[in-house]
Amino acid sequence: MGQTLYQKIYQSHVVGQLNASTDLLYVDRHLIHEVTSPQAFAGLKQAGRPVRRPDLTFATMDHNVSTQRRSMDAAGETSRKQLEALAENCDEHRIPLLDLTHPDQGIVHVIGPELGLTQPGMIIVCGDSHTSTHGAFGALAFGIGTSEVEHVLATQTLPQQRAKTLKIEINGSLSAHVTPKDVILAVIGKLGTAGGNGYVAEFSGSAIRAMSMEGRMTLCNMSIEMGAKAGLIAPDDTTIAYLQGKEHAPKAEHWEAAVSYWQSLYSDDDAVFDQVVTLDASQIKPQVSWGTSPEQVIAVDQPIPSAESFSESSKQDAARRAYEYMGLEPGQRLTDLAVDVVFIGSCTNSRIEDLRAAASLVKDKKVAAGVRALIVPGSGQVKRQAESEGLATIFKDAGFEWREPGCSMCLGMNDDRVEAGQRCASTSNRNFEGRQGRGSRTHLVSPTMAAAAAIAGRFVDITTGDWA
Amino acid sequence: MNPSIHPVFASGLVCPLDKNNVDTDQIIPKQFLTSVSRDGFAEALFYDWRYLADGSPNPDFVLNFPQYQGANILLSRANFGCGSSREHAPWALQQYGFQVIIAESFADIFYNNCANNGMLLIALSKGNIDSLFTRCSEGPQQWQIDLKNQEIRFGNNAALGFDIDPDIKQRLLSGLDFIGSSEQFAPQISDFEQSRKTSQPWLG
Ligand code: SF4
Repeated sequence: MGQTLYQKIYQSHVVGQLNASTDLLYVDRHLIHEVTSPQAFAGLKQAGRPVRRPDLTFATMDHNVSTQRRSMDAAGETSRKQLEALAENCDEHRIPLLDLTHPDQGIVHVIGPELGLTQPGMIIVCGDSHTSTHGAFGALAFGIGTSEVEHVLATQTLPQQRAKTLKIEINGSLSAHVTPKDVILAVIGKLGTAGGNGYVAEFSGSAIRAMSMEGRMTLCNMSIEMGAKAGLIAPDDTTIAYLQGKEHAPKAEHWEAAVSYWQSLYSDDDAVFDQVVTLDASQIKPQVSWGTSPEQVIAVDQPIPSAESFSESSKQDAARRAYEYMGLEPGQRLTDLAVDVVFIGSCTNSRIEDLRAAASLVKDKKVAAGVRALIVPGSGQVKRQAESEGLATIFKDAGFEWREPGCSMCLGMNDDRVEAGQRCASTSNRNFEGRQGRGSRTHLVSPTMAAAAAIAGRFVDITTGDWA
Repeated sequence: MNPSIHPVFASGLVCPLDKNNVDTDQIIPKQFLTSVSRDGFAEALFYDWRYLADGSPNPDFVLNFPQYQGANILLSRANFGCGSSREHAPWALQQYGFQVIIAESFADIFYNNCANNGMLLIALSKGNIDSLFTRCSEGPQQWQIDLKNQEIRFGNNAALGFDIDPDIKQRLLSGLDFIGSSEQFAPQISDFEQSRKTSQPWLG
């Protein structure tokens, strides 16, 4: 019987068997940031353990940084302490760090791929759940907790148990203005936020093959929102072309060997998945989340569902609670909802392609009166690229704030927050209660849907063309 | 109490939190993640639910009910612990006093994080969870969690069995050192690195 891509990667990283169902796997790349690492370093110090492979470890500052000024103290005293702790720990253990002065600093899941640190066939971990993003390259990438961060720092390995495998096959072409963000929101709407629990999800099909690396990253990024341990996409020519010439990609003398290895990374035709789901890309419309869980999502032209439309009582209760928190009623039209804030950013949608898509809708238009609109590029590279292509000027002329890279309003750990009761069209990945600030009301959308909402001052169906 | 010499992992008062998809942003909101220490998170647990905007306790939130003060077993619904990988969530639950969480299902990263902190997470079918909530609606509950025999005991000889991964069970019962047990594989790790250098030299 053939093997799935997940099984191939897992198998090739087994260092030993810890006990009946737990293997010790080798970690090829360990990404760290300021929020989930300080206690791990403190643990190492306490036990007198060194970092085994600082050369396979890579750090950035992203969650807690100000996106207004490049200064460690710009987001408050406790943030400064945390950033300083990271800098000290990296210095002590000789771990490369992209600090606030580095031109390539950015969100960990944006810079990993962009610097070529993310490569097919690797096992990549980071103390952050959206590590699933890196699965877009055919790497097995997943988020870990701080105890595990400490474990990886000490041993470069991690105990793991085999996950089940889920194939999500998406064929057909996407309609105009429909993006990978809409695809993944539609998938989560279908499978639910726990639908992927215990699984590694591999995306395949013609719609996936047609996607850019940026689009694939958006897809894998949000696979954690359906509970999947990781998202995976087999590497292909698009992957290889993306990686060529990247700073940390295999050097010329190893390039061909690396590529031929990468080309062996796919699920065999006769591999058996524990579950298979198929979707028709042409049926997917722009999506907007209406509730406080990513599974509470609908196409922009649908009314907000009634509680009774859900079969399970728990989902009915969740819907009722969401109406109250979000200030909505069943039957309401999303296109009648005014937005107060628009956030384009986060590790889901802050890459150059996202900004290009948003700019194409914004060009020669103005942000609606009363709307606060913010663009936070994912990294220094994205920011420079957008500036050189003239996108930054388009945004600024339209009335958007143009910021420095960081996580920003995705989780509001810095000073970028949505106020209580405000409605935000956000390209991020979580619409949980209070995620963007206490009482904030988040609607998850694609960059084009967010840009259109900024211009119109409300949600619009961009596929109809008559909204602007 | 040392669980290795006593079959009962925990016993005590149960707090029912009747919600699906309790996410880690709710368990501990981001403003408490700026700490560089591992302690001091008990007050932050369920902060936005537990306290009103003026900082006073929310009388409508179950954790604040007088009958649940001192609870060390938490009962909830499906997909508990979804969302961010922040280990601050298990730290906050544990520091508040919860040793055991019983729910229909748990998010993967959260489950591992809890196990790595010596907390026991018990997943049960929806039907069983429903019946446990029914028990709780009849009055405050004191249960015994017998990990060795994989049983929740309700008193009067009534009990409910549960499944648990044998490796996790072993770790919880013997309190094995997480990093220490992997460090015993140091020679294999070195061998692996050696052969990786030859077969995939670009990886470093
Ligand atoms: S952008 Fe948001 S989801 Fe992504 S790493 Fe930062 S905080 Fe997490």
